[in-house]
Amino acid sequence: MKLINKTTIGWLVVAIAGFLLLQLAVTTGIISAYYEITLVTILINIILAVGLNLIIGFSGQFSLGHAGFMAIGAYTAGIITKYFPTYTGLFLGILAGVILTSIVALIVGIPTLRLKGDYLAIATLGVAEIIRIVIVNMQSVTNGAAGLSGIPYLSKWPLIYVFTVLTILLVANYTQSSPGRATIAIREDEIAAESMGVNTTKYKTIAFILGAATAAIGGALHASYFSVIRPGDFTFNKSVDVLIIVVFGGIGSITGSVVAAILLGFLNVFLQPFGALRMIIYALALIGIMIFKPSGLLGNKEFTVSGLLRLFNRKSAQGEG
Amino acid sequence: MSLLEVKKLTKNFGGLSAISNVHLELKENELVGLIGPNGAGKTTLFNLLTGVYQPTEGTIEIETNGQKESVIGKKTYTITDMGFGRTFQNIRLFINLTVLDHVLIAMHSKSKIGTLKSVLRLPSYYASEAKMKKEAVELLKLFSLENKQEELAKNLPYGEQRRLEIVRALATKPKVLFLDEPAAGMNPQETADLTDLIRQIQKDFKITILLIEHDMSLVMNVCERIYVLEYGRMIAHGTPEEIKGNKQVIKAYLGGE
Amino acid sequence: METFFQQMINGLSLGSIYALIALGYTMVYGIIKLINFAHGDIYMVGAFIGYTMIHSFGMGFFPALLTAMALSALLGVLIERIAYKPLRHATRIAVLITAIGVSYLLQNGMLYFYGAEVRSFPQVVDNTLFEVAGLQVSRIQLLIFATALVLMVLLQFIVQKTKMGKAMRAVSTDSSAAQLMGINVDNVISFTFFLGSALAGAAGVLVGLYYNTIDPMMGVAPGLKAFVAAVLGGIGFIPGAVLGGFTIGIVETLVSAYGNSMIRDAVVYGILILILIIRPAGILGKHVKEKV
Repeated sequence: MKLINKTTIGWLVVAIAGFLLLQLAVTTGIISAYYEITLVTILINIILAVGLNLIIGFSGQFSLGHAGFMAIGAYTAGIITKYFPTYTGLFLGILAGVILTSIVALIVGIPTLRLKGDYLAIATLGVAEIIRIVIVNMQSVTNGAAGLSGIPYLSKWPLIYVFTVLTILLVANYTQSSPGRATIAIREDEIAAESMGVNTTKYKTIAFILGAATAAIGGALHASYFSVIRPGDFTFNKSVDVLIIVVFGGIGSITGSVVAAILLGFLNVFLQPFGALRMIIYALALIGIMIFKPSGLLGNKEFTVSGLLRLFNRKSAQGEG
Repeated sequence: MSLLEVKKLTKNFGGLSAISNVHLELKENELVGLIGPNGAGKTTLFNLLTGVYQPTEGTIEIETNGQKESVIGKKTYTITDMGFGRTFQNIRLFINLTVLDHVLIAMHSKSKIGTLKSVLRLPSYYASEAKMKKEAVELLKLFSLENKQEELAKNLPYGEQRRLEIVRALATKPKVLFLDEPAAGMNPQETADLTDLIRQIQKDFKITILLIEHDMSLVMNVCERIYVLEYGRMIAHGTPEEIKGNKQVIKAYLGGE
Repeated sequence: METFFQQMINGLSLGSIYALIALGYTMVYGIIKLINFAHGDIYMVGAFIGYTMIHSFGMGFFPALLTAMALSALLGVLIERIAYKPLRHATRIAVLITAIGVSYLLQNGMLYFYGAEVRSFPQVVDNTLFEVAGLQVSRIQLLIFATALVLMVLLQFIVQKTKMGKAMRAVSTDSSAAQLMGINVDNVISFTFFLGSALAGAAGVLVGLYYNTIDPMMGVAPGLKAFVAAVLGGIGFIPGAVLGGFTIGIVETLVSAYGNSMIRDAVVYGILILILIIRPAGILGKHVKEKV
């Protein structure tokens, strides 16, 4: 029973070290209040990107509706915490958001996941738009197009950090397990996977729901940190923002999504003063990557502790040999 | 009791009759061949038997737990679970995955490892994984592929890819194995090796094999019975000797009076 | 009852626009199986070109229309050659992502050079109202019908009666076979983009005239709705795009008039999802199964 092995300890160390480093940076003021926004944005983007990568990269389903699920999570948590402005309220809000999003993802997923590539993309786009329009129309509950404000600021950055680590853990555990392998097989060759006994509908739906649930968590944390959310925050543009991170980092690489979210987060800060030019640069980069290196930064490989350990072992073996 | 019984099977695509009034029967532990000129409908028949296509008419029944059950309307993965494995005419491997992964994936549906257990990494998960890996490596050993466990399928030489295709199908623990042109693109030596391999599989795994092949040496050497398909119809059925001398079969392949 | 027919007229105007845009989607999908995300933005660029021609160069309506069509067509071909051609053999996801990239490029490019404010399209056509059988039709609406009709007839002529049209139909059916028959597939694909983009550009100018305003984001929603129209009619099938375009135009106008203008978009997207689930081949399309 290898519950605790070298790899697990390695990752635990990385997670804790990361937290301590960030805490140090915040206390000493390297990360000022302004940069804390960047930090939180990066953390939430990691949650969103890793979840989207599960859907697109691991199960091979091209979903363009991520913003819709994020919206459900954001509004659910936002509304609940306005009534219950406590930590319990926040957790309740996140849980409710996840459950609601999962139900919507299930209902949407079962008929649409049958569709192939481009059709699925457009269908999910349509679903996200419908979700947004519904939110705008539920004036009494969501305050319509004006958005929801005054959401209690409960998710401080350490809490978001914890959720980020948990999300990465959840997705990594899933993809590197037997059901995860079955899911990846669907991406590789759906017909062959089905012939090998893999219930393709079930696993595509599970990946879709898991991805949607993480988007809801991201949305909820976003609402609780920024205190104001508008339907306009969750348009197709948002879905594409997350897609850009996934593509840059490598479709099918969790660590790729993490690295890309961090790099792009910093890049955004530098390019902020350039306005629309910033998006032009991203658009060109997106096209360029697709033409010249469609696998992105890490392809579908992972930057892993065990990988590092293996490298280290190989080097020391060579030294001794 | 027959493992598989096919009666009056017909498949029409619009105005074209791809399979017409086909009867077929498979018993336990047999090696049966399915031959016919190109376009005769052999792969279509495989696709009908594995639920990829739905028949226009006719019945397909398999034996499970002593009962006869119809396959029609069932999904492919259910049919695989019921005991039918297959390989593909144009290899369909998971090219970016390792050899070991192929076997593990094929073993997944029988392993019953749940999503929740996997995500939470409960101890029972680790036990299942270890057991599955051990079984998988044992299977790969039988086919001399265990040294290539971590190799990506796309990096394997063609012959080994074909072998992996068969091993993967075997990992689903089938009662009946459908092999679709396993010797395609092989030279005589490779074909001879494959012939031995197929015999070995039938002996060690005690399963029934239905083999589509164009290579007559392989078919005549290894099959106990042969079905012959032409333009979607079954034109002959018998032992290799009977088929070799059958005038209709000869005409189907060579044409002429 | 009068209002209903009046709304039908409005719906037909909107439908003509959607049909023109949908034709571009359907032709490109038919030939290279790509959903050209950037198509709606070509429509937007067409509108801006028309605006610039009239506003800054003092052109009349028809010259501006023709210029916009020509330049949009060239833009379409340029995009195809630079961004889509290198990915001819890549995965579907890769090409789709590239198309999204191109769409963003056009939108933000226009935002950068022209600014985000909504501009007013010059009133070059005297928009007198005519009374026909108790209903009101504006000159601009007649212009839209007429232009759209002429363009569609022209397109049908090109596709059915010219050699290039035959080549287009051949490549749509089987591009490798077409290539073996000596057809220059690259040129045929470029020509398809040329035609589709020209139509989108025309639609842009017509819309500028009709609704009087243009802005860099104007291509997003109509682009998506025109795509729904193409799918509804049967994607890859030219008559389907026309049928779908008019259907969506009418449905949207009626929902807007009798229902809630906010849910009007949701209804159109809802139609998309229903069609994809119930009959993905569309009203006039055929379903093709994958060979195993």
